[in-house]
Amino acid sequence: MLDALQRIGQTGLTFFQRLGRGHLFLLAVLAGCGSAFVRFRLIIQQMYSVGVLTLVIILVAGLFVGMVLALQGYYTLVDFGAEESLGVLVSLTLVRELGPVVSALLYAGRAGSALTAEIGLMKATEQLSGLEMMAVDPYKRVFAPRFLAGSFSVPMLAAIFSAIAVIGGYLVGVPLLGVDEGAFWSQMQANVDLTADVLNGVIKSVVFGIVVTWIAIFEGNDCVPTSEGVSRATTRTVVNASLAILGLDFVLTALMFSA
Amino acid sequence: MTSRKIEIAVGLFMALGFAALVMLAMQVSNLSSFGGSDGYKVSAYFENIGGLKVRAPVRAGGVLVGRVSEISYDEETYQAEVTLTLEDQYRAFPLDTAASIYTAGLLGEQYIGLEPGAEEDYLQDGDEITLTQPALVLEQVIGQFLFSQASE
Repeated sequence: MLDALQRIGQTGLTFFQRLGRGHLFLLAVLAGCGSAFVRFRLIIQQMYSVGVLTLVIILVAGLFVGMVLALQGYYTLVDFGAEESLGVLVSLTLVRELGPVVSALLYAGRAGSALTAEIGLMKATEQLSGLEMMAVDPYKRVFAPRFLAGSFSVPMLAAIFSAIAVIGGYLVGVPLLGVDEGAFWSQMQANVDLTADVLNGVIKSVVFGIVVTWIAIFEGNDCVPTSEGVSRATTRTVVNASLAILGLDFVLTALMFSA
Repeated sequence: MTSRKIEIAVGLFMALGFAALVMLAMQVSNLSSFGGSDGYKVSAYFENIGGLKVRAPVRAGGVLVGRVSEISYDEETYQAEVTLTLEDQYRAFPLDTAASIYTAGLLGEQYIGLEPGAEEDYLQDGDEITLTQPALVLEQVIGQFLFSQASE
């Protein structure tokens, strides 16, 4: 009985300790961001490894998500004789929800896990301690450039995802299923609002980018410095980041589209 | 050399990202025709506006000439006051232009159709359209039909 209580208490304490360490870590990384801008080359290098290398999966996934959306939407809409609204359906779904969420999930799987593994191995092989011995602040030299690169990259990836998916929806909807081309674009343009839909989608993806990169870097820095610890940290990154994306998406949607 | 290649790749990535944003803004959400508040306002009183909404299109001859900018209920006339913002390039609507509320298709959204009259003078900012025809409410039409059937 007491053992069970102790275990619950221990779990709770570990959770809150990690939460606190995570936030302190975020503050330290944010403080290091200023000097990371001075060494802009480091940010560019990280944008290559988290952004450019994620591009292929984003492009392919976006194209197919758009095509499937158009296909499924068409079969539902055609029953009501409203297949001209296909453009609205595809673009609103993408710009508001699927674009930011799916690209952030893909980013967490592709780049977030890589970030965690990289930093975890740096810690396991004591490179981080080595940097500190040489009076190089790992927050400024290692964490801040990765954090900034991730936060820049995710909105870009989300925008690319939405754009390519709209093109995919167009390719299936207009040439394949025979929706009128003019109606497809004009209904889309009449019903998608720049600030209410597109801008809110961008805000969502900015938030996701910051949170996912934060979780990835923190898990890497917080891991047990063994090969098993690194593997666990990588798994935790993907799970926690995905849960954070989905949970935050609900909160952000409720805040943005309730009025 | 590799660092140069990386920088070029990142540059391309950024350019692609911004191009996607511009495409979303222009092609998907149509920033170009979202002209803001320029244009002139005319008001119209309707007995019933049905499901008309703010930002619904105003069409003349099927062409989009403006949008509904405000809807309110006038407690003195017991009618709905609809403010239309017409685009500046369409200045030549006669004073006796008629406004009616139509539905686009069977399930489509409602819009205001303008039919120009024959007056010499044109509508100015702040003018009122007096000839209006309310929205067709399906229940009323069915009711009238049943009533006329019963009286036969």
